[in-house]
Amino acid sequence: MDLVDVAITFAVALGAFALWLVGTALLIWGERRVIALMQTRVGPNRLGPFGLLQTVADGAKLFFKEDIAPRNIDRFVYLGAPFVSATVALVTFAVIPYGGTFQVSGREVTLQVWDPNIGMLWILAMSSLGVYGIFLAGWSSGSKYPLLGGVRSSAQLISYELAMGLSLAAVFIYAGTLQASQIVANQQIPLFELGPIAVPAWHVVPMLPAFVIFFLTSVAETQRPPFDLPEAEGELVAGFHTEYSGAKFAMFFLAEFMNVITFSAVMVTLFFGGPSGPLFGPGWLQALLPTVYFIAKVGIFLFVFIWLRGTLPRMRYDRLMDLGWKVLLPLGLFWVLATGFAVVLRTSTDQGTVLRIAGVGAGVALLLYLAAPLLARRPRRDTQPEPEPEPKFPTPSR
Amino acid sequence: MSDLQRPPASGAAWADESDRDRAPARPREHTVVGGDWQELPNVVDDDLMIINMGPQHPSTHGVLRLVLTLDGERILDTRPVIGYLHTGIEKNLEYRPWVQGVTFVTRMDYLAPLHNELAYCLAVEKLLGITGDIPERASALRVLLTEFNRVASHFVWLATGGMELGSTTAMIFGFRERETILDLFEEVSGLRMNHAFIRPGGIAMDLPDGFVPRARTAISALRDRIGEIEDLLTENPIWIERLTGVGLLTAAQCLDWGVTGPVLRSAGVAHDLRKVTPYCGIEQYDFHVPTTDTADAYGRYLIRMEEMRQSLTICEQVLDSLPEGAVMVADAKIAWPAQLALGPDGIGNAQEHIDRIMGKSMEALIHHFKLVTEGFTVPEGQVYAAIESPRGELGYHVTSSGTNKPYRVKVRDPSFLHIGVLPTMSHGLQVADIIVAVASVDPVMGGVDR
Repeated sequence: MDLVDVAITFAVALGAFALWLVGTALLIWGERRVIALMQTRVGPNRLGPFGLLQTVADGAKLFFKEDIAPRNIDRFVYLGAPFVSATVALVTFAVIPYGGTFQVSGREVTLQVWDPNIGMLWILAMSSLGVYGIFLAGWSSGSKYPLLGGVRSSAQLISYELAMGLSLAAVFIYAGTLQASQIVANQQIPLFELGPIAVPAWHVVPMLPAFVIFFLTSVAETQRPPFDLPEAEGELVAGFHTEYSGAKFAMFFLAEFMNVITFSAVMVTLFFGGPSGPLFGPGWLQALLPTVYFIAKVGIFLFVFIWLRGTLPRMRYDRLMDLGWKVLLPLGLFWVLATGFAVVLRTSTDQGTVLRIAGVGAGVALLLYLAAPLLARRPRRDTQPEPEPEPKFPTPSR
Repeated sequence: MSDLQRPPASGAAWADESDRDRAPARPREHTVVGGDWQELPNVVDDDLMIINMGPQHPSTHGVLRLVLTLDGERILDTRPVIGYLHTGIEKNLEYRPWVQGVTFVTRMDYLAPLHNELAYCLAVEKLLGITGDIPERASALRVLLTEFNRVASHFVWLATGGMELGSTTAMIFGFRERETILDLFEEVSGLRMNHAFIRPGGIAMDLPDGFVPRARTAISALRDRIGEIEDLLTENPIWIERLTGVGLLTAAQCLDWGVTGPVLRSAGVAHDLRKVTPYCGIEQYDFHVPTTDTADAYGRYLIRMEEMRQSLTICEQVLDSLPEGAVMVADAKIAWPAQLALGPDGIGNAQEHIDRIMGKSMEALIHHFKLVTEGFTVPEGQVYAAIESPRGELGYHVTSSGTNKPYRVKVRDPSFLHIGVLPTMSHGLQVADIIVAVASVDPVMGGVDR
């Protein structure tokens, strides 16, 4: 570790930072343009080529706006909440590889800020921390709409965190590692070959249910439509950030869009081979191509996020909870068990024993499933249906 | 506040657990009486929250204020508060000549301006006793314009309702299609809204040249667009889930509360004034009144979509069978003296008319002056005229004391009555559902506050 290494690490970190910040600005612009196209509008097209600088102008405006704070706030928490949200959103992407490996003056450089062996746990941990920013904002605003928004969002995020963790667990079991770079490397092996084309073993193929769960939960985790209940403007005005303005609001805004990019990047890393893709051409191109592939793959997911917003109305809060707890969570559990079984079966030397144990387990599960209606506590019901009451609403004299 | 309205002291009063996460299949009987604002629920002991939704809120259709008593996200009690858009239009009508009343009433329910004008004019004509003298062409054009207006109003309902449910595309689509109709209105009357185009005795001026083919093109385009919106929403699982079973109001409740329009028809009662008490010869056109038996917001959505199609059918038939002739009664003591025409500086009095009164006929000038400044007088009496506005029965109870101004004009605006049933509709729903319930009755605060 010498000065050059420090410089390289710094440059890689700066690169990631720039990629995410510029990406966020582009995403906000792109969302407005794409939604506009879907709705036969034009969208922002004034500042810069194609209106690309619109986000910069909006951001500048927000930072120069008067900073209004209501009187009955918990000042410390109120001021801290946006920082929690923004910081957490920023540090999440440190573990995501956003490019390939290449040589710079004899040293190997990998475009990934940090590659710890608990990489994916870092993402889970940080996205869980993100709840605090939102919940504390809602609670400290001293206002009712933000409070409702904060309660909604913490319930929503915690519920979907479970299903998300399970879908990730399945991938970890399958890949046998938590390290982002290893997970990417695990997807390089060809799954099968179609003539000259080798279909890479992207996890999306064997882990399709996990991908579906992860995709749905990440829409909920990023609070994008149709799961944007914490800030449902039709109901809660602006949800948890109703009382925020200026730079503090900009941080929430930034955090939300940055999370969209981060989760798209996680999806690409876990299920779509990260920055991998066919390499060709001269050395500089080979060094550049992985980053291009990465950005392109992330871009597709960003488009899907925007597409969802253009198509779907907002879900209702209790339905969202039903989806999380009654559909995604059981599905995730089942898929973790199935993946574990498959992996153990593949690696075990004594497959007969594994199958016997699994068979006993499946039998017990089936019995429990069949017995569940008998064991469940039934709600007490009167045997006689209640007679129709006389109408109590005022009726005109007849 | 009566005991019936008071929320239960604890959660125990709810019938059973299934009641908690879904609206009851049968709407809860619920009495709302004039309450004392001093009587508030005990929010501290009962863990309730009182929240003001509005008058500034993105989803309360302007300035409706709903005081909600919440238990978590469940609504125990809704108290609508109106009056934030009070304009004094009804009172102002008493100080203006009869013709100028049209300019006022068109601003009440601003999404159905032509319906307001028509209902007012029908009442004035009834008082004058000239209902039978209205030229056929004027009546046909009145039907054409009001049916187009119904479609435009339903498009706004779709747009705002969609927006409130987070569907921005429905919002943009709704407003975009409405523009097609507003363009037609602008072409006919010079104004997109608040036209003051239907006048006692007929309509202000005839159609511009080439209007009929353009209207036909618009109708066929609108048909396609309605189909497009239906593709987007009708089978959309989230849309269905959000609307089904929300804002229940049975037929009996509708009748008892005086609820009309799509809300009543969604409860299965095929009551439509265009069929029950036809006006302006609308009975000669072939259309049907859609109903559903779901009595919920989804039924109202389906009904409004179908009504748009039906209204376009009527418009097409009017265009097919448009009679020739005058568009204003022959009686020169009632008909507005001047015809409007497009001049170099916009729409104004026709040049020939100005030449005549300023250069040729002194009597014509006096006649013009008297009729424009003083207006015509209307015989003593009182009448009620009602038409089917996009929101329901829009009635005008007009009293004349025999002068050139109304003695009193009382408007029965459907939105006003529909606001009254919001507590019944929203009892036991979630916060998100009351947005749907409000949207499904489509109140326009301009009509409520008057």
